[in-house]
Order: sequence, then structure tokens, then C-alpha cells
Amino acid sequence: MPFLAELGQHFLPEVILAIGVLVLILIGAFRGERGFSLVDEMAVGILGLAIVAILLSSKQVDVAVFDGAFIDDAFSRFVKVLALVGAMVSILMSVDWLQRNGLEKFEFPVLVILSTLGMMLLISADNLIALYLGLELMSLALYVMAAFARDDGRSSEAGLKYFVLGALSSGMMLYGSSLLYGFSGTVSFDGIAQAVTEHPPLGVIFGLVFVLAGLAFKMSAAPFHMWTPDVYEGAPTPVTAFFASAAKMAAVAITARIVITAFPAITTQWRQIIVFLAIASTLLGSFAAIGQTNIKRLMAYSSIGHMGFALIGLAAGTEAGVKGVAVYLAIYLVMTLGSFAAILAMRVDGRNVENISDLSGLSRTNGLMAFFLAMLMFSLAGIPPLAGFFAKYYVLLAAVDAGLYPLAVVGVLASAVAAFYYLRVVKVMYFDEPAPDFDRSPLAIRAVLAASTVALLGFWLYPAPIMDAAGAAAKSLF
Amino acid sequence: MTIGLTHYLVVAAVLFSIGVAGIILNRKNIIVILMSVELILLSVNINFVAFSQALGDLVGQVFALFVLTVAAAEAAIGLAILVAFYRNRGTIAVEDINSLKG
Repeated sequence: MPFLAELGQHFLPEVILAIGVLVLILIGAFRGERGFSLVDEMAVGILGLAIVAILLSSKQVDVAVFDGAFIDDAFSRFVKVLALVGAMVSILMSVDWLQRNGLEKFEFPVLVILSTLGMMLLISADNLIALYLGLELMSLALYVMAAFARDDGRSSEAGLKYFVLGALSSGMMLYGSSLLYGFSGTVSFDGIAQAVTEHPPLGVIFGLVFVLAGLAFKMSAAPFHMWTPDVYEGAPTPVTAFFASAAKMAAVAITARIVITAFPAITTQWRQIIVFLAIASTLLGSFAAIGQTNIKRLMAYSSIGHMGFALIGLAAGTEAGVKGVAVYLAIYLVMTLGSFAAILAMRVDGRNVENISDLSGLSRTNGLMAFFLAMLMFSLAGIPPLAGFFAKYYVLLAAVDAGLYPLAVVGVLASAVAAFYYLRVVKVMYFDEPAPDFDRSPLAIRAVLAASTVALLGFWLYPAPIMDAAGAAAKSLF
Repeated sequence: MTIGLTHYLVVAAVLFSIGVAGIILNRKNIIVILMSVELILLSVNINFVAFSQALGDLVGQVFALFVLTVAAAEAAIGLAILVAFYRNRGTIAVEDINSLKG
């Protein structure tokens, strides 16, 4: 297929983002600080345009372009829409926060789009070079965003920590890539799948372990999670929302793609690694969060636990398992964005507060917000009939079907422990003495909070669109 | 004695280990961490070029060039964040990165 036709047919969302971000940089450079709101609105428009471009091409057949470096299939389209939605909502929620904290710089939306572009390349990567370049484009923008409040010591410390550990993880992933290349003789996932037989050389196993360790860093699965609580706490809150939503989508998606498409012959070997990561993450996510007082740190441990659950589905290694992962990602995205909308709404006298005790008695001072946040917490804990329950149900079902009973039991037990700290937030809101009332939050944040709660409450009534799309996505990987 | 693929791989593995150890064990200065990161990336490059030569396949060398380019961008961003951190704290000692617990 000619180059331009490939570009237009299978690479259009990425082209929209790439050209759009260059235009935004030019506008920002010419208009300076005054350009913030224009650039911000245009950034939302560009992300929306990319979503439309993906949805319009959703009936397309799966095809690899650019000499097999980039694959356009149902799975990548599904996760890309999730990542784009996460980025778009993060930008919408950030406007007010940035303006109040004197950070209304046009670089923020530009960095969000650059990093989203990296995520999309990562999600569609079909060889090790594309994987590395997508990962770095995503990460380099994220490092800068973590340190975005550059006059705030905590933010620059978060950026520094994230940079050092992120660079270490990229290095490990690269070392793994070099071993995979050397022992299979190719960088393409299909080529590796053909070269790797049931009894692979030790170099391939080493390479796989290093690559998975590097990816586990990016999705903050235990035992590679140590940066997560610090970075989530120190980074500006809208940035944390972006980290917890969009960035996780891309990392989980590429992990699923690489183990499923490149290593089908050694499922038993990689399953051991994924099972270990899943057990460690679910247990750590539930036990370490119990003592937290800062709600952003709580969300950090919560996200570690949720990544563990997504990996439970992946550990099954079956089509049902990948479908469970896709559903889990979609529901996790909604829960995370809703929770961070609530965290951004926690503002007393124009100052943002982050402690769980600041939520005390919220039911009496702001009953509606307390209800929304309570529903989000119930959903995160996985209580039926909220969507969070179905997310856990499908991954656990897939694990049981694949015969991974111990893993499923650990998942259920960890989820019971995790329910304790989610319910504690609800208890603080409904039964403690009221703390000072929150300021009125901007429309965008209230809208995200309400929309995410409605989506979680209504999921069981009409799950078909998500379930069908996830099913098609899972099918395209096998 | 001829120098074969194994020798290159061993050198790269040793450099990689030194780099990782430098990040984990280092208790003094963040600049040393940046140097360790470079060491890791260069050890990977040795691996790629050695494999590329042994396999008679150019892709490894292409990969190595990409790694070099990204490493430069990464170093630039790392130093920029380091400068921002130094302006806020007036120090770049590892033990002073502690305002966030954990």
C-alpha cells in the first residue's frame, strides 16, 4: 500500500495529534501566556477529533502498517479511545486548578497531547523499536508534567523521583529488548512468536523478564510500585489524574499485546511472572493503603491494587481473560476520573486540601458530592450492582476458567481487605463531625463527577456497548 | 584468542549491573544517578551492536541509533528537572529527596 494511503487510513488519529500539537506550540509561542485558554480549548478539540477518527474507522479489518511496526486492530482502537478520553477529561478538569495555582501555561495541554501521542504509538506498537519509542515519548512528557509546578518543591521532587525510576525501568526494558532481539534474531512481535519455541534459550526468558519488569514499572505493579505513592502525592492533582487514568491504559495494553502476540509458545513461563505481579499488587494495594491519611496516596495504593486485578485477567492468557482486562480498563478509567474529580473539588477557602479527614461530615455540608463519592468508593471496592463489581467479576471468572484457583482466591481476599479503606472514606463522610465546607467547584468537575457516577450506577442496565467492543478487542489479539 | 559475541555480552552485562548498582546503592549525588542511567543505555547499545554483527542483521544498529537519540533527550529532561529541584531546595544530595515520605 502506498505510504500516504497507509497514513490516511490507519494512522489518522496519530497524524491529527502530531499536527495538532505542532499548531498548538506555534500558537503558544506567538501568543505567550495569553494563549493558554485558546490552546487548552483547541487541545480538547484535537483529542475529540482523534476519538471521532477512531470511532469512524471502527469497522476496519486489522492490519499492520509501516513494515509491521504499527498495528491498527480492534484492541488498539479500544484502548486508544480509553486513553484519549482519559487525556481529554484530565485537560477539562485541569483548567480551573491550573488557573488558581498560577500555572496557566500553554505547555500543559501541549505536554498532555504529546504524551497521549506516545501512548497511542505504544498501544499500537508491533515491534520492539516502536514499543521503545512510544514508551519514551509518553514517559518524557510525563516526567515534565510531574514537575510542572516548578516553584513547588514537592512537585519537582516528584518529577525527579519519577524521572530516575522511570529511566531505570526504560533501561531494564531496553536490556530485555536487546536480549530478545539477539536470541530470536528479530524485533517484530510476529517474528519473535515464530522464533520462540516451547523450550526457548535462557536469553529469551531473561529478556522477557526484563521487558515485563520495565513495563510493570510503568503501570506501577508491585514490586515495582515504589515511585507511585510519592509521585501521586507530589505531582499537581490534575497531572496525577492523568497518570492514574490514561498512562495506565497504555502500559497494560502493551503488556497484554506483547505477552499474547509475541510469546504464545511459552504461556506457562510468562504466566508465572504475571501471576506473581498480580498477587503482589493486589495484596500491597489493599494492605498498604489502610494507614494512609492523604487521599492522593490512598488513590495511588488503590491504583496499584487495581492494576493487580487487571493482571489477574491477563494471567489467564485466554481470550476471555483479555476481554476481562479490556472491560476492567474501561471501568477503572471511569472510576479513577470520577474520584479525581472529587479530589479536585476538595477546596477550602480557595486552597486545595488532600486529607481524608477534610471529607468529614460531607454528607451534611454537601450531600450530593458525598453521595457521588460514596458511590465511587463502593464501585472501587467492587460492591454490586456498581460497575466495579463487574470489572472484578470478569477477570476473576477468566482466572477460574483457566484453572488459576489460588490467584482468584487471593484476588477475592485482597478485595475484601481493600473494601475496608474504601468504606472508611464513606464512614468519614457520613458519620463524622463536619469539617469546613468546600468551595463551589467549577462546572467541568461537577459534570465529570456526576457523569462517572451515573455511568457506574447504570452499567449493569446496558453493558452491551462496552462488552461487545471489549470482546472484539480481545478477539483481535488471538 | 578471538573476541566473540560472548565477550561483548559479558562486558555489556557488567556495565548494566554497574549502572543498576549505581542507581540503587548511590547515597550521595543525583548527577551520579544520571551517569548510571547513561551507563545502562550504553551497555544496551553494546548488546545491540554485538547482536547485530553476530546475526548479520542491520536492525540492531538502527535500534542502537534510536537509543542514542532518546538517551540525549532523556538526559536533557533529567537535567532540567534537576535544575528545578535545585532551585527549590538548594541541594542535589540524594538523602535530601525526602519531603515525600516513602
